[in-house]
Amino acid sequence: MNPFRYERARDAAEASVLLGKTPAAMLLGGGTNLVDLMRLRVAKPEALIDVSRATSDRVELLPGGGLRLGAGMRNTDAAADKTLRARYPVLSQALLSGASGQIRNLATVAGNLLQRTRCVYFQDVSKPCNKREPASGCPAREGYHRNLSILGASDACIATHPSDMAVALMALDARVRIIGAGGERLVPLAELYRLPGDEPQRDTTLQHGDVITHVEIPPLEFAKRSRYRKVRDRASFAFALVSVAGALDIRDGMVRDVRLALGGVAHMPWRARIAEEALRGRPAREDTFREAAAAELRAAQPLRDNAFKVPLAQRSIVRTLLELSAEP
Amino acid sequence: MDVEVALHVNGTPQRLTVDTRTSLLDLLRERLGITGPKKGCDHGQCGACTVLLDGRRVNACLALAVAHDGGNVITIEGLAENGDLHPLQNAFVEADALQCGYCTPGQICSAVAVLDEAAAGVPSYVTPPGASTVSLSDEEIRERLSGNLCRCGAYVNIVRAVRSVAP
Repeated sequence: MNPFRYERARDAAEASVLLGKTPAAMLLGGGTNLVDLMRLRVAKPEALIDVSRATSDRVELLPGGGLRLGAGMRNTDAAADKTLRARYPVLSQALLSGASGQIRNLATVAGNLLQRTRCVYFQDVSKPCNKREPASGCPAREGYHRNLSILGASDACIATHPSDMAVALMALDARVRIIGAGGERLVPLAELYRLPGDEPQRDTTLQHGDVITHVEIPPLEFAKRSRYRKVRDRASFAFALVSVAGALDIRDGMVRDVRLALGGVAHMPWRARIAEEALRGRPAREDTFREAAAAELRAAQPLRDNAFKVPLAQRSIVRTLLELSAEP
Repeated sequence: MDVEVALHVNGTPQRLTVDTRTSLLDLLRERLGITGPKKGCDHGQCGACTVLLDGRRVNACLALAVAHDGGNVITIEGLAENGDLHPLQNAFVEADALQCGYCTPGQICSAVAVLDEAAAGVPSYVTPPGASTVSLSDEEIRERLSGNLCRCGAYVNIVRAVRSVAP
């Protein structure tokens, strides 16, 4: 690990100022990903600005019925929050499907959002990787990629985003509140994350000096009927090969409204808007679910060893919708 | 770069000067000689370094000591009270819940926290949605201890040991 200076920020505004003073500074939350990346010499910050006690660690009710999570809230606490569990079960389940009990006790909400891909080439400094070292190449395309992208990838990068929580938040139209050089702003998750294009080194649209203070979730009455389904190589403590966050509103046997997002398939949590559109106003039946899932995956461009993800994603969508439609 | 860190470790106050790169695990093992927490993978993947930090189980290898200044740490060495083993330590002996023993300190520290988490109603991925209480079934124990690997494969008896202590 390279030497670094350690500073603890009192609040997010101070963290933003401290970041601004040092171009090679990084924010430290729980450290469960960053400390590992530093040990692997993938991350080489000159300074760590500890924000783990600088932002709220609570769930608060928003006027109008939404919730907001403090950026410094530990994953365990977010997942166990009673209001969150009742209103957005998909989010609690997604959090609990991620990592291990020990890691969830350290990991923060903002750190979860900003964790890096687990592509093996990104984590191995002896190999080229366009995300770690722009223009060095991508061995994943020809090499080990069974866990990588089938949607929205580029020639430069086929990495997947590893977070489960972010998949649920994407389905719930969450926004992040940010303090940066230009003041405070709210950014939808769909605009926080980005596809790799020819700049895979950028996971997000954040600028240096930006500090996430909260995640805000708008009210969604029917999200009380929502769930997270995660498919992985072992029963627990593994990253998703494919995951589905879904919420379903059925009236008189018809799909009134639906939210769907996929994990493990792209550089960002993948909102399945095509499937959602194909479902609204249609009968809540397996054949409709199958058609919608197939429509969403039509744009998939699988590689040699991850083509299994295409039918797996489709079946996972169908199964999630079937289970949701069977809920009382 | 050196910083000063103050911690309570197994009830004893400690004040040390450490490099900012020092993990809580290295501080415990290399500086304090507390070698119960093991360095299995040093990447947060095996759980052998599990300790209780401010009452919660964490991977000591992923925790920078400087970030937990003022923290209260309990390791396997600190679980016994007045010379009596913790009920889970006895349960591991009774259930023969180990072979080589390398993962055992982490397994037991993790399981101690699992009992507390379940008592507090903290859900796991296999807890039925909406359930306000948690009963530690075999399925719950397996899910909650999935962050502790045992390469000898003593899982069957580890689950038995934890279940024997669960309410």
